[in-house]
Amino acid sequence: MSALVCVFRRDLLLAIRQGGGPSLGLGFFLIAGTLAAIGLGPEPNLLARAAPGMIWVLALLACLLSLDRMFQADFEDGSLDLLPSASTALPALVLAKILAHWLTTGLPLILGTPVLALLFNLPDDALIMELVSLTIGTPALSLIGGIGAALTVGIRRGGLLLSLLILPLYVPILIFGVGAVEASASGMDPFPHLALLGAASLVSLVLAPLASAAALRLHLS
Amino acid sequence: MTPPDPIKPGSLFDLSLRVHDLACHRSGRAVFQGLGLDLAPSQALLVTGPNGSGKSSLLRMVGGLINPANGTIRMNDPELIVAEQSHLIGHLEGIKLALTLGENVAYWIGLLGHVPPNAAAKRVQTALSAVDLHHLTDRPARFLSAGQKRRLGLARLIAAPRAIWLLDEPTLGLDQASIGRLEAMMAAHRAQGGIVIATSHQPIELPGAFSLRLSPKMSGVTP
Repeated sequence: MSALVCVFRRDLLLAIRQGGGPSLGLGFFLIAGTLAAIGLGPEPNLLARAAPGMIWVLALLACLLSLDRMFQADFEDGSLDLLPSASTALPALVLAKILAHWLTTGLPLILGTPVLALLFNLPDDALIMELVSLTIGTPALSLIGGIGAALTVGIRRGGLLLSLLILPLYVPILIFGVGAVEASASGMDPFPHLALLGAASLVSLVLAPLASAAALRLHLS
Repeated sequence: MTPPDPIKPGSLFDLSLRVHDLACHRSGRAVFQGLGLDLAPSQALLVTGPNGSGKSSLLRMVGGLINPANGTIRMNDPELIVAEQSHLIGHLEGIKLALTLGENVAYWIGLLGHVPPNAAAKRVQTALSAVDLHHLTDRPARFLSAGQKRRLGLARLIAAPRAIWLLDEPTLGLDQASIGRLEAMMAAHRAQGGIVIATSHQPIELPGAFSLRLSPKMSGVTP
């Protein structure tokens, strides 16, 4: 147990000390959101219509920005070699790293969403549903992204390959995440969408650490 | 060349390492095969050989990072996993430059050791003193020189006690005084029943150590 806490705490500390982590993703999210709002033009109804999908797409991209560092930095300085020799199972340690990634990337995006909602003229009840769907869905982004990060560790310029591998896997998350907001905006029940979104998060919670650990072992050998 | 007493009374570690018929393939090429080793507590092995003869691969294999193409690596207690009883000091130190020396060592203790939280702070000091870096405990590691980073990497050996030390070129970049400290660390470790397997191109004092010379396409061991 203590090894998990140790890995989790170290990754949080590094994200805060080195900058880059929380501020970079959130900065991208807010700036790209502002650009999108300007690009769509000053039509309040159009903006509110585009907002749920736009915010979700930007969240995917912002998450992708920091994914390639999840294991790459540890690989480069040799600290990744230490993880398999801990007496705690590797998938559990990987899960601790992914959780730290979500806290420093996914959570800031959720907190920044009300700012974009203001820019996009998103109604309050839609904003609340957007926040709920992001809260349920963004852990899946970090978890699935962890698989891609583990697969591309040690590859020069792996970031682009990572995007190509991971973005298609994000499609279901995007569909159900946006679907929940659209459903509640049009007076339908958003629960089926949220349930499927939650299922995606839970399935990846189980499978992603195992898959990432297997990919890491492959690269270390 | 006689190995020291296998087991001493009151020794900390009582594990022996047995490697049988080990083969290593890297990208489809056979690096070595048919390698056998038998190390009792307190024994040491010095691995030599030209570049590319598989010295690092051998250590990474024992350390559990590479799967052997053939053969087994076991300890006398079949319950134990070799990788979890060994420290691998490789070419990279595994140091986080944004963390202080103390935080780096505390992380290794938490990840690799079984030290109660209240004893961890003292252990950090012990480990940093062993490599003569205790006066820099609260400095970020990015201010260290290359040799000091090597020494900080070696502090891991003391931070989390483990029976088997796998040292890949541990003297690289160390000054004479630090090499002396490393030799003393290895001697103390073996006195407690620990096993040391080291590779080195430089002469390193490892009294009574077996020697293993790997040559390209070798098979067999010369103790």
